[in-house]
Amino acid sequence: MCLAVPGKVIEVEDRDDTRMAKVDFGGVVKDVCLAYLPDIAVGDYTIVHVGFAISKLDEASALETLALFESLGIMDEEFGDQWGRAAAEAGAERPAGTEPVETRS
Amino acid sequence: MKYIDEFNDPDLAKRLLDDIHATVTRPWALMEVCGGQTHSIIRHGIDQLLPSQVELIHGPGCPVCVTPLETIDKALEIASRPGVVFCSFGDMLRVPGSGKDLFRVKSAGGDVRVVYSPLDALKIAKENPEKQVVFFGIGFETTAPPNAMTVHQAKRLGITNFSMLVSHVRVPPAIEAIMTSPTCRVQGFLAAGHVCSVMGTQEYPALAERFEVPIVVTGFEPLDILEGIRRTVKQLEEGRHELENAYARAVPAEGNPAARAMLADVFEVTDRAWRGIGVIPGSGWRLSEAYREFDAEHRFSVEGITTQESSACRAGEVLQGLIKPHQCEAFGKECTPRNPLGATMVSSEGACAAYYLYRRLGGTPAPAREAAPVG
Repeated sequence: MCLAVPGKVIEVEDRDDTRMAKVDFGGVVKDVCLAYLPDIAVGDYTIVHVGFAISKLDEASALETLALFESLGIMDEEFGDQWGRAAAEAGAERPAGTEPVETRS
Repeated sequence: MKYIDEFNDPDLAKRLLDDIHATVTRPWALMEVCGGQTHSIIRHGIDQLLPSQVELIHGPGCPVCVTPLETIDKALEIASRPGVVFCSFGDMLRVPGSGKDLFRVKSAGGDVRVVYSPLDALKIAKENPEKQVVFFGIGFETTAPPNAMTVHQAKRLGITNFSMLVSHVRVPPAIEAIMTSPTCRVQGFLAAGHVCSVMGTQEYPALAERFEVPIVVTGFEPLDILEGIRRTVKQLEEGRHELENAYARAVPAEGNPAARAMLADVFEVTDRAWRGIGVIPGSGWRLSEAYREFDAEHRFSVEGITTQESSACRAGEVLQGLIKPHQCEAFGKECTPRNPLGATMVSSEGACAAYYLYRRLGGTPAPAREAAPVG
């Protein structure tokens, strides 16, 4: 959770009076809150941290960072199967009810 | 140069490194206060590409690692209670408390859930009004605004079965504590880029001035880190101590004003203990009076839990830059990612984990990651 990952805004809507977006992180799409970056629009790139857009970023920088993160496995660390990773690291069985839900589009 | 081909622009990396080599004339110790930067440095061998005079000290920049043991024990206590859904970022699952961790609580039947965003926890609360839903709100200034917004939304929407176990930390008081420590060796700081994306840079010039120490706001990618180091070394060699922003593409000087306003509303500054280090005055945030009803410590009456940290774990010295991870006697022996003594061996941002995964010293080559790639 420590990192902030750049992504592309593909949809914007108001939900419970809060501005929300769907953001594409190189194939993984997540709901992102735009409360702290209200002027962002569809097509813009933004740096997202734990589901919140925190600053704008130019497209070239965003794509470069995304490619780097993908090649280093950071995208999987951020969006992947956290229980599976924890189980592997602990050398233990995955706890019941933690099977991953497919998020890649 | 063994790692340089892995940089996304090896030519630029070489130019930056050549410049650093040409500039440096004497020894300098720089500290990064960001777990993401620590991992990038070790993963890419940046410290090994630098002139021998430039030492990188890995500071207390991993929020998972500095969350006090006592707070982990409170989390484990709350998560074990019936009727509670305990939501956390995935990084916290294996952080050891006094006897167990969240992973084991889940295996024993506790309802622990990993969420991507604190708003996901609020959604779970909304959909499960008969449950008490608790979110583990840890992190530096970058993570505090999302958590603040979530509590604000809970109050606005009247979601009263939601609460937060808050353990937020702030970088500037930590820099102050490091610089006033009698064992301090730090002569320059790489400040964490995304912390400054939120907070801006205005807290740092006074620190640079007071402690006569250059502070350079730096990004996370290998080239960003080289540029941050280059600018810090240049200042040191020229006898300057200023705040510089080497990550301007993501850090406006004023930060994010909307996020800062929300922080000021929902949180108030408090003293905070850092795991392995102790209490640093004014270094944390807790919920302000107006939001105290959402404080999980109060709701579940766990304020009384106090615990002692293990003496075998030297994470505190690692976090203060007094020793490198492999200089701890337990490193790679009693303490591994599978059986961690401290949080720094668990978190993907922890310095001990970084050394273990990418540079296991003492004769054995770095092992393959224990966890298979997932996703």
